[in-house]
Amino acid sequence: MLIYALKRLSIALLVAVTVSLLTFSMIYLSGDPAMALAGESATQQDIENIRRVYGYDQPIIVQYFNWLANALQGDLGHSHYLKTEVSNVIFARLPVTMTLGACALGFALCLSIPLGVLAAMRPNTLIDRFALTLAVIGQALPSFWFALIMIFLFGVSLRWLPITGSASWMNFIMPSIALGYYVTPAVMRLTRAGMIEVLSSDYIRTARAKGLRPSVVLFKHALRNAIIPVVSLAAVQFGFMLGGSIVIETIFAINGLGQLAWESILRADLPMMQAIVLVLSCFYIVLTFLADLLNAFLDPRIRVS
Amino acid sequence: MSEAVQDTNAQKPPIADRTIEEPSPAERARKRMFGHFGFMFGAIVLLGILAIAFLAPLISPHDPLDQQLARKLIPPIWHDSPKATWVHPLGTDQFGRDYLSRLIHGSQISLLIGFAAMLISGVIGTAIGVAAGYFGGKVDMVVNFVITTRLSLPVVLVALAVVSLVGNSLWIVICVLGLLIWDRFAVVMRSTTQQVRNLDYVAAAQAIGCSTPRIIFAEIMPNIVNNLIVVATVEMAHAIILEAALSFLGLGVQPPAPSWGLMIAEGKNHMLFDPWLVGIPGTALFILILSINLLGDGMRDITAPENRN
Repeated sequence: MLIYALKRLSIALLVAVTVSLLTFSMIYLSGDPAMALAGESATQQDIENIRRVYGYDQPIIVQYFNWLANALQGDLGHSHYLKTEVSNVIFARLPVTMTLGACALGFALCLSIPLGVLAAMRPNTLIDRFALTLAVIGQALPSFWFALIMIFLFGVSLRWLPITGSASWMNFIMPSIALGYYVTPAVMRLTRAGMIEVLSSDYIRTARAKGLRPSVVLFKHALRNAIIPVVSLAAVQFGFMLGGSIVIETIFAINGLGQLAWESILRADLPMMQAIVLVLSCFYIVLTFLADLLNAFLDPRIRVS
Repeated sequence: MSEAVQDTNAQKPPIADRTIEEPSPAERARKRMFGHFGFMFGAIVLLGILAIAFLAPLISPHDPLDQQLARKLIPPIWHDSPKATWVHPLGTDQFGRDYLSRLIHGSQISLLIGFAAMLISGVIGTAIGVAAGYFGGKVDMVVNFVITTRLSLPVVLVALAVVSLVGNSLWIVICVLGLLIWDRFAVVMRSTTQQVRNLDYVAAAQAIGCSTPRIIFAEIMPNIVNNLIVVATVEMAHAIILEAALSFLGLGVQPPAPSWGLMIAEGKNHMLFDPWLVGIPGTALFILILSINLLGDGMRDITAPENRN
């Protein structure tokens, strides 16, 4: 287990370094960052000054290591637009996005796991078909359009829920559904497939033959084993959702990391964009690392191979 | 199935009759295809949308870019409004552009971006996936690392950032999406190649001294192409959704081009009183993605019936 964990950790670190390199090189996508920063009316002298002040005159490799060293100490740079430390702004906004992601994941799991179990208990019946149809429709709905429809229905027409902001828990209902439903089909299919496999296994037959109550067989014996792959899928999807929340946060005007990213992109605030991409990527790397460890802990076969 | 084959063998009909009684594999596949509701639905709808896209200049009643403020915000014909007219069956937008014509021309953008981005990502993903699956060892390790790195980058965010920095034309959006969404191709092609490369006919090809490119293209590729097509449909739908999201946020296809995502974004501000401005392009997007997904699901069922559950 320790060897597996160390091996996995070294890969995760290597991925993190590569991601930081990619994120760093983002500023050179637009050509000369000093020129971009200076604007169109700048003189050659202005550009030179900016280049010196921000260190763009140093070799790229030196710039990268300076940037990385600062990032490791929690200093993600200085926002050109907001005139503050990037890390302060990001860590102020991060909890909102985390809350949204957690709510969305909660919604997705609460909907997809029971549906998957029901579909697996009665394969090829009406409920199975219903679950499958729901999955097919869910996969084809663009989330931003679905969000707009919900705003129109529940926010404007019926006036049940607030449309924008992140003040109360009511504000999080529609965004969570809009962000979470997209994950539902994948989780539901995985639960269903896992349950069908487990329910036809020998130990379930034994458990039934012993005369255990069906609910005990289903929840204590079957679901526990079928849920293992769902755990790692959920972790991965949580990471995807944090990255994808930019669309939903923009629509619902939720003051989270996604909206910050969106605003920074519009303002061409490069340090902020870089930092957000880096933070979200690292978060994903940590999540998948933990999910792999959990899987290895639950399933000894993974540790060996 | 095998019992049925044995039964017919036991009766020993003349060989000529037997070929009639037992349809060839291709014929059986065709039968499964026509009997599969999802596949047929997806194929017919997608063909319809393709035809609309190709015939767009011929069938659209107006110029999709022609603005006439005198006729702005005419509701579609099913609205009980005196303004609704058959001249503009789906109404007009806030600039007085015919909505049906914009919808028809928008299908070109969605299909072009979906197809081109899928092609780019397909080439990248298949190349590295097959290489990893076939060569294994160090190559596999490197490819696995590259896939993990790619997966840890948030797609929408990186696409938005890159497009905002590089500039946004149709082809830049296509390239950015193509360079970002090859991960599923690589993952699936890697695992299917791993399965195929251990089969006897690959070993036989190696034994008689076939070159590596020959083995990959003549022995392995034909046997993984089914999975490739299924992934291709998934990724085409993915690229179309991403383009719509990018355009919705204003960083994809630029106005006045009639991208469906852009139409939703433009209609958003009028959603309160004219919800159809958002409803119509969204429904079109939904139907297009649904048909591609159903086609892909159907293809998977038809080519690998054991995967149905």
